[in-house]
Amino acid sequence: MSLQHIEQPSVLGAGIGDNSYGHELVQRGSQAAARFLSRYGALLGFLALWQVSSTRGWVNPAVIPPLDAIVVALWTGVVGGALLDDIAISLQRSGTAFAAAVVVAIPLGLFMGQVRAVERAFDPILQVFRQTSALALYPIFILLLGLGEASKVFVIFWATLFPLLLNTIGGVKEVDPKLIEMARVYGATRLTVFRRVVLPGAVPSIFVGLRLSATTALLLLIASEMIGANKGVGFQVMNAQYNFQIPLMFAAIVLLAGLGLLSNYALVLLQRRLCRWSSATA
Amino acid sequence: MTSTDTTRRGEVSIRDLSKSFAINGRPLAVLKGLNLDIRSGECLVIVGASGSGKTTLLRVLAGLEAADGGRVLIDGAPVQGVGTDRAVIFQEPRLLPWLTVLGNVAFGLEVRGEQRARAEERARDYIGLVGLGEFADAYPKQLSGGMAQRVGIARALTVQPEILLLDEPLGALDAMTKITMQEELARIWSEENVTMIMVTHDLEEAVYLADRVLVLPKEKGAAARLIDIDLPRPRDRSEPRFVRYREELLREFGLH
Ligand SMILES: Nc1ncnc2c1ncn2[C@@H]1O[C@H](COP(=O)(O)OP(=O)(O)OP(=O)(O)O)[C@@H](O)[C@H]1O
Ligand SMILES: [Mg+2]
Repeated sequence: MSLQHIEQPSVLGAGIGDNSYGHELVQRGSQAAARFLSRYGALLGFLALWQVSSTRGWVNPAVIPPLDAIVVALWTGVVGGALLDDIAISLQRSGTAFAAAVVVAIPLGLFMGQVRAVERAFDPILQVFRQTSALALYPIFILLLGLGEASKVFVIFWATLFPLLLNTIGGVKEVDPKLIEMARVYGATRLTVFRRVVLPGAVPSIFVGLRLSATTALLLLIASEMIGANKGVGFQVMNAQYNFQIPLMFAAIVLLAGLGLLSNYALVLLQRRLCRWSSATA
Repeated sequence: MTSTDTTRRGEVSIRDLSKSFAINGRPLAVLKGLNLDIRSGECLVIVGASGSGKTTLLRVLAGLEAADGGRVLIDGAPVQGVGTDRAVIFQEPRLLPWLTVLGNVAFGLEVRGEQRARAEERARDYIGLVGLGEFADAYPKQLSGGMAQRVGIARALTVQPEILLLDEPLGALDAMTKITMQEELARIWSEENVTMIMVTHDLEEAVYLADRVLVLPKEKGAAARLIDIDLPRPRDRSEPRFVRYREELLREFGLH
C-alpha cells in the first residue's frame, strides 16, 4: 500500500474493512461522501462482483466462497478465539524479527552511511545479499537453526534487514553536505553534526525503510509458517487450504492484510509526528 | 545589541597568502602573494572575475580551507580552522528544513553550547531585526528565497561574530528583493559593530555597501587593487559620485 493511500485520515477504518466486512463497507459507503465513492468505488465493485459471482455460482463457491461466509469465519475465528493464538504467535514472530532488524540495521546503516570507506567496502556484498531471495535461503537457515522458532524468526529478520539497512545508508549519504559544512562553521563537533544534521536528515529515508521492512515481515510470515509450524496466521492459511476450509483460509488472508495495513498506518502516524516539517507547505 | 567593548576586534591581516588546488593532478594557483589588512568594523567588498578566487579567499578566512603559504591573522592570532569569532553567510540560505525559523536562527548558538531557552531568546531579537518576527514558527519550506536568506543572516548575527563573511549572499535574489536586502545589510552592519567581508558580482552592490572594494586580479600574482569608497551613508545610487565609483570598478574589469 502506498503512502498516498494512507495519507487520507479516513483510511484506517475503511482500510481494515475493505477486504473483509463487505456488508459494513456497503453501509459505510452509503453514508460517505462522493469523494469516498470515487476513491473506493472500484474496491466496492470488486467486492460486490465477488459476492454475486459466488452466490450465483458463476465461480465455484467451494473455491471462492461468498463474502458473508468469509466474514463469519473471521468472526468465529477472532471473537470465538480460535485464531487469537495464531495472531499472537504470528505477531510475535514478525515483531521479534522486525525489532531485531531495527536494532541492527539502523545503527549499522547510520555508521556505514557516515564512513565512506566502510560503505564502499560493504556495498557489493550488501547488493548480493539483497538480491538473494530470503525464501531461497530459508532451507539453509532451517539446516543451521532447526525447524523451530529460530529459523522462522531469522528468515523474516533476514528479509527485513536489507530494505532498512540500505534506506538508512542512503538517507545518511543524501544529507546535504552544505548543511554539514554550515554546522561545522558554527563550531559543531562531529557528534553534534551527527545528532543535529545527519540523523534528522536521514529520518524520512529511514521511515521508507521501516515501512518496506514492516510489509516484508508480514509477507515472509506466511512463507516461514508454511514449513514446520503448527500455529500462526500463515500456518492457518496453509492448514485451512489443506483441510478445505476455504472461508477460514480467506479469513486468515484477510487478517494478514489487515495486520499489514495496521502496521503501515502506525508507521505513517509516527512518521508524520516526527517529520512534520517535510509536509509543511505555504 | 551593539557590542559595548571598545577594543579593536575583528581585525584581519593577510600576509603573502597563496592557495592552489590540484586539478587533473596539476596544481592550479588560485591565490598568489596576497597582502591585505582589514580594519576592525569595516565593510570590505571583494569583486573579481569568475574563478579569480573570491570564494577561496573567503573560505580560507572562514577556516574551511587551509592556506598553502603565507599567514592569516585575526586579531593577531593565526587562523586555525573555523572559529567562534567568525560566521559565514553562503549564497544559499542552508537552513535545516526540520527546524522552524526560530530553531534555525538559534541553531548556531545552541551548537556552541548555549541553553536552548537563552539561544531562542537571542534568536528572537535577530529574527525581529531582519523583519521576520511573524514567521518565527514557520518552516523553511514556507518561506520565499529572500526570507530564507534573511533567516540565514539572522542565524549568523545571533552568534554575534566579530567578522561576518558573506559569499554572494544576495546573488540568487530578484532585483527588487536584492535592493531591499542591500539596504538591510547596510543597516545591520551599521547597527552591529561587526567587520563585514563580502563577495559579490554586483558592482553597484559593492559601491553601495563597501568602505573599500578589493578587486582580485585575473592574472595570478598581479597586485590586487583596493578602492576606497568615500561616500556618506546612507548612500544614494543616483548621485554622480556613486555612478563614478561604479564606472571606476567597471574599468577595473576592462569593461568600460
Ligand atoms: N575544492 C576545489 N578543488 C579544486 N579546485 C577548486 C576548488 N575550489 C575552487 N577551485 C578552483 O579555484 C578557482 C577559484 O575558485 P573560486 O570558487 O574561489 O572562484 P570565485 O572567484 O569565487 O568564482 P565565482 O565568481 O565563479 O564564484 C577555480 O578555478 C576553481 O576551479
Ligand atoms: Mg564564488
